[in-house]
Amino acid sequence: MANLAELGRIQTGVAVKKQRPHIALWVAGGIVGTAAVLPVIYLVIRTAGAGQEAWDLVFRARTAAVLGRTALLIATVTFFSTLVAVPVAWLTLRTDLPFKRTLAVGAALPLVVPSYVMAMTLIEAFGPRGILQQLLEGPIGLHRLHDIYGLGGATLAVVLVTYPYVLLTARGALRRVDPALEEAARSMGYGPVATFRRVTLPALRPAITAGVLLAALYTLSEFGAVALLRYETFTAAVYAQYSSALDRSVAASLALVLAVVAVVILIAEDFSRGHAAYHRSSAGAARPAKNVKLGAWRWPAFMFVLLPIIVGLLIPLTVLGYWLAQGLAHGRGAGPVWEPVRHSVFISLLAALATLVAAAPVAVLAVRHRNILSRTIERLTYIGFGLPGIAVALSLVFFGINIATPLYQTVWLLLFAYVVLFLPAAVGALRSSLVQVSPRIEEAAQALGRTPVKIMTSVTLPLVAPGILSGAAMVFLMTMKELPATLVLSPIGSETLATSVWSSASEALFARAALPAILLVTVAGVPTAFFVLRDPARRSMPEAGPIRPERTGAG
Amino acid sequence: MRQFLIHRKTIGIALAALFLTVIGSACGDEGKPKAQPTDVAAPTSAPSATPVSAQKRTLVVYSGRSESLIAPVIKQFSEATGIEVQVKYGATSALAATLLEEGAKSPADIYFAQDPGDLGVVKGMLTALPIDVLNAVPAWARSPEGRWVGISGRARVVVYNTDRLTEADLPDSVAGFTEPRWKDKIGWAPTNASFQAMISAMRIAWGEQKTLAWVKGIQANQPKVLPNNTSIVQAVARGEIEVGFANHYYLHQLMAQQGEDIKARNYFTRDADPGSIVLVAGAGVLATSQSKESAEMFLRFMLSAPAQQYFVSQTHEYPLVVGVAKDRLLPELDKLQKPDIDLARLDDVKGTQALLRQAGAIP
Repeated sequence: MANLAELGRIQTGVAVKKQRPHIALWVAGGIVGTAAVLPVIYLVIRTAGAGQEAWDLVFRARTAAVLGRTALLIATVTFFSTLVAVPVAWLTLRTDLPFKRTLAVGAALPLVVPSYVMAMTLIEAFGPRGILQQLLEGPIGLHRLHDIYGLGGATLAVVLVTYPYVLLTARGALRRVDPALEEAARSMGYGPVATFRRVTLPALRPAITAGVLLAALYTLSEFGAVALLRYETFTAAVYAQYSSALDRSVAASLALVLAVVAVVILIAEDFSRGHAAYHRSSAGAARPAKNVKLGAWRWPAFMFVLLPIIVGLLIPLTVLGYWLAQGLAHGRGAGPVWEPVRHSVFISLLAALATLVAAAPVAVLAVRHRNILSRTIERLTYIGFGLPGIAVALSLVFFGINIATPLYQTVWLLLFAYVVLFLPAAVGALRSSLVQVSPRIEEAAQALGRTPVKIMTSVTLPLVAPGILSGAAMVFLMTMKELPATLVLSPIGSETLATSVWSSASEALFARAALPAILLVTVAGVPTAFFVLRDPARRSMPEAGPIRPERTGAG
Repeated sequence: MRQFLIHRKTIGIALAALFLTVIGSACGDEGKPKAQPTDVAAPTSAPSATPVSAQKRTLVVYSGRSESLIAPVIKQFSEATGIEVQVKYGATSALAATLLEEGAKSPADIYFAQDPGDLGVVKGMLTALPIDVLNAVPAWARSPEGRWVGISGRARVVVYNTDRLTEADLPDSVAGFTEPRWKDKIGWAPTNASFQAMISAMRIAWGEQKTLAWVKGIQANQPKVLPNNTSIVQAVARGEIEVGFANHYYLHQLMAQQGEDIKARNYFTRDADPGSIVLVAGAGVLATSQSKESAEMFLRFMLSAPAQQYFVSQTHEYPLVVGVAKDRLLPELDKLQKPDIDLARLDDVKGTQALLRQAGAIP
């Protein structure tokens, strides 16, 4: 990629003095890496008991066809997620877009809508005889809409719940891109578009690929939405096994196929990553970027950002509100919601914190001590994200009850499950911010006699804070809606918003499902607002100039 | 430099606040009793099960039936007996898989399942039930080895769209849906456990060949593949499909929320064939349970008149106990295909899936 090579030339020249990492860092990384592959170990153990029948099921013509359909969905989802997320990230951070902070929060929120709720509400809105068709029947006499079912509808639903991954990681990185680079490009005669394409975009690549990787793996493991939209992917075969026959070895061997696909995706992404440096090469600190004036494009850009919010957030909320109103009109009240709200917020905060702590050594090793081992550990943390949730949950039942018996069905094992599931979101966000921090700053601090811990807290942490925050926001939102592991592993009797939505929706009690679903979006909206709405100008460093000793040394 | 200070302070305060919240919540959780029987209203009708104080112990129920449907009747049980019940809700099949993984260490006392197929899967982990519990229901609705007992009945039905069809348009038997007239008009959920139970019933009533031919015949009519009963009933009500194979009570749930003017109704096949077989939701007691007597009491309560009445009025299911009246909208149980096939015989889920796979209906 020419752009990248160019950027590499701009920024290379940093001789990274390799430091021997603290042994504790490797131990921590090793533990996290091991935890992340527990589901795969379980699947291997279960598959070992599989008979001929299981292998016949895996190796047949249909498997290849269904894997092909799965790959197609992954391709369309990642393409459109990027197409939506990257412009939205740039427009809401770097331009004079109207209402951009409100839009920034709104654009992140479809992430928290459970995918099956997204699919159900999209069908209600755009499906045959849905709300849209009824609205259009009167004025223009349209009686048949384009069919929402199939690849198109499945792509739409999955894009809406996955583009926020790319958006959040890209935003975190965009805040840390040095505007001096862009200004240099502008001064050399590049227009704003060319600057974005040749300078900003390549600089964002680690963050975008981190988000895209999450989107791809999520699509691989996704089941609810694609089933409702009638697009058969490989995960459907795994769920078909788990949903009745309960031959665990057959289900496990099919799930193991998904793990293999996940590994293929991870290797492909690793190859595309390259070795460019993404931090400033010279002394000095990034200044806040100037807002690009959109001029006549202001309102078209506004509409562009608004569109995914309308389809991914407002329409689902409207349909849910409609169900709620309809149910109330027929005397069907909503269930109790205060306890689930409390549980959801509590466990999601804990999960965000625990996942970040676990992700930190992995990201630091992967960026600052790059070798085969650190890269492998980092890659391993992604695998669980591509597996069906039920397989991950059962693996932790297996290890939990046999090895960590006292923790079984306590909040701690559930927390552990969330860490295993959502590690990649935190690792990706941390890693992509960390690559933007020059090791020279840390070295300067070291030269000034700071201990490694002190450097971490006084230099590195503040610099990667945007990445930490976007990673935390993502894990928080993902935990809020997580279902399969929550159902199986949560302490007996505790209910979350996601489980109450599911419990009612699975019995066709839509009115009852609506309120917790609306709360899921709004309760999750508050912290997202906190994380995303913060003024980017205040977040970046305010002044240019060489690093002064007191800056890194500030205690 | 000040920026950095502010920055770090903010993060520090945020983290400290987070820890405090978390610790506070955790303590709150532990300090709190799991259930508060005092702040709930007295039961409207006295259940027949007698309170036993000596047996007071917490019961753990793994329930594949959803909280919105059965939490009220479980609460009635706790109020009547003083036995605290902790329920783990989840999908029936996921809970069966969890039980299998947990094995002898399972904390569960009772497994309450949506369908006999999953009860059959964990049969080996269930203990034999007392004869009075088993005899509360007809013989077809319980395990012949006495491992589980049906609690409520649900009929398989054909849901049809009332804008496009009347009952007169519908065939006497589900066998009729293989005719070309139904091309592109059918919806089904071949991975659904109740659907597969219906296929198992067909295999017993019709034999393998006829069943396979039926599945292939429906396949030839290019049915819409849906993930579950709920989406079938919705798709019929929307007019997206004209008919679908589902359980009877989902329609009643939708009618209760959206009014009786929705465009779908249930049709019970006239021939009393497997298309309208009555299935059950049932429960069994884990062999590893330390409180079997309380667990048996739980089953007796679920089979008592008030609890059965609850299932009739709130979940729109069939009562399984003699003397409890069914919903007025439902046809008599005797008229449906139910006593001819013992539900326990439907546990060859594997064979049924192999047949569906052979026909290309499931992946």
